[in-house]
Amino acid sequence: MSSTSSAGGAGLPRGRRRTTKAGWNLLGLIVFVVLGFPLYWMLDTAFKPAKDAIDPDPSLLPTGVTLANFRRALDIADFWGPVGRSLVVSLSVVVIGMVIGLLAALAISRFAFRGRKTVIVGILAVQMIPLVAMIIPIFLLLNDLGQYDKLTGLIITYLTFILPFTVWTLRGFIVNIPRELEEAAMVDGCSRTGAFLRVVFPLLAPGMVATSVYGFIQAWNEYLYALMLMSQEHQTATVWLGNFTTKHGTEYAPMMAGATMMAVPIVVLFLLVQRKMAAGLTAGAVKG
Amino acid sequence: MSAADTTTPVKVPPPRQAPPPAAPRQPGRPRGTGGAATPWLLLVPCLLVLVLVMAYPLVRLVTLSFQKFGQPQLWGFQDAEWVGFANFRAVLGDGEFWQVVLRTLVFAAGSVICTMVLGMAIALLLQRVSPWVKTLVNVVLVASWGMPVIVATTVFKWLFDSDYGILNALLSKLPGVHLIGHNWFASGPEGLAVIMLLVVWGAVPFVVITLLAGLTQVPKELEEAARLDGAGAWGVFRYVTLPVLKPVVVMLTTLSVIWDMGVFPQVFVMRGGHPEAEFQVLNTYSYDRAFQVNDYAQGSAIALLTVVLLLGVVAVYMRQMLKIGDVE
Repeated sequence: MSSTSSAGGAGLPRGRRRTTKAGWNLLGLIVFVVLGFPLYWMLDTAFKPAKDAIDPDPSLLPTGVTLANFRRALDIADFWGPVGRSLVVSLSVVVIGMVIGLLAALAISRFAFRGRKTVIVGILAVQMIPLVAMIIPIFLLLNDLGQYDKLTGLIITYLTFILPFTVWTLRGFIVNIPRELEEAAMVDGCSRTGAFLRVVFPLLAPGMVATSVYGFIQAWNEYLYALMLMSQEHQTATVWLGNFTTKHGTEYAPMMAGATMMAVPIVVLFLLVQRKMAAGLTAGAVKG
Repeated sequence: MSAADTTTPVKVPPPRQAPPPAAPRQPGRPRGTGGAATPWLLLVPCLLVLVLVMAYPLVRLVTLSFQKFGQPQLWGFQDAEWVGFANFRAVLGDGEFWQVVLRTLVFAAGSVICTMVLGMAIALLLQRVSPWVKTLVNVVLVASWGMPVIVATTVFKWLFDSDYGILNALLSKLPGVHLIGHNWFASGPEGLAVIMLLVVWGAVPFVVITLLAGLTQVPKELEEAARLDGAGAWGVFRYVTLPVLKPVVVMLTTLSVIWDMGVFPQVFVMRGGHPEAEFQVLNTYSYDRAFQVNDYAQGSAIALLTVVLLLGVVAVYMRQMLKIGDVE
């Protein structure tokens, strides 16, 4: 390892440098193919005729495009019911989470008060609790409150999952907005609320959108609690797909069609907000 | 500037009469005005939810593991009875539990090491490839990062299917390999290796993207200087790149440990909702005890032990890293 010279290193003859670059590129393409293969194979299986999916000598290239698998996936079990429930849950979680998350983020980023540190540490500590370990007491709690198998129970549970993260990220975005802007608006006669609504809020909006989308993805993807807290007839989309594998194990082509329908909107959303989120998480990391 | 108009902007339209009384005692500095109660009022809804659905259940998890709590207690026919350490004695005295602990630790360690090594290798590779290759790999990374875990699990189940899985078909094309019909899940270690592959595939993108961001912080001059002093590629990595990246690596490893010890859906769905004994990891084991055997108390005891073990692993690891940092 130590004897090979590093890529593009100074002093290499030009021809050798070009071959090294080509070597790295080739390796990069192999990584691309290997990492991307599961995605490709999901789409390929979803769109190919079902009989080609169970070919003992499968072709690596697409063998034709059909939507039959999607129709079959929709027929096998009620699809829109679970998707509707997932949408209701995820959207409620995001809307409620953003409102109370924003209030809390404002409190810890724009106010100096006794106990502020404790609150911040507490919110970060909650994020460290492994959620899987909490399933038993949360199940018993919702059972006692009569919220078992209710969408409201699932919503309030997911709310705690996304809140710490939402508060922390929004705090990062708020800290990045200069306090002087707000002060200037207040000097010009805005009330504090007015200054927030007219000055801070518009600047915060893109960050809020990114955080909402991220929270939405979290809630949409959650499996364990959806499985435990909802009965079979009120299952959500992830549980629908999970059960698909157990009950119709051999019908892989429709299953991949189902997987595609679950994944594509989420992956697209994720691609859209990923950059913005990374900025929000690191921004303000060093500021008070 | 009353507390009310700051906390409930939705319900109360900004009242015209509010600013005048506040104006005199407000010398331009907004910090702290509106009374000490304002931040707490803003925090109330958030804290309320977190206390109800996080703090209270956490306490309940602890108390539950010292009680007898089964089906009769769940339906309210009997009161939960305090049994001291009986649950822990039962769990810790069970040989199966220790097997599960060992399996979980080996699984998590394997996943974390593979994730970090692969992630680092790909990140370093991406620094050396042409921009168009980098873009291609980046798109795949972000797309697989965004894949819901359940979808990824389903896809891997299909890739590794014994009869029609593409992997068996491809491997069988190699000379001397006959894997058609091979069941990857017939034995525990082999099946868990497949699940580990799935976990690593899902975790690598985050690691690569974070490390890439970290790599931009490594000063080019330092690398150049080390190279002029005669350091090889490995030397530059070991003595220049790695020390600069260390905080990021520590953070990523800690997160990976937390995530990989917490795998649940991957094992659960891969085994069709009923993981066999040799596939049980701590989380599925605790789940089984609680919801299959209906012994919620023992399930809680196992969950609590898992949390303690996790904290222990993370603490030991962090200390180790900090120690290394002091020496260097």
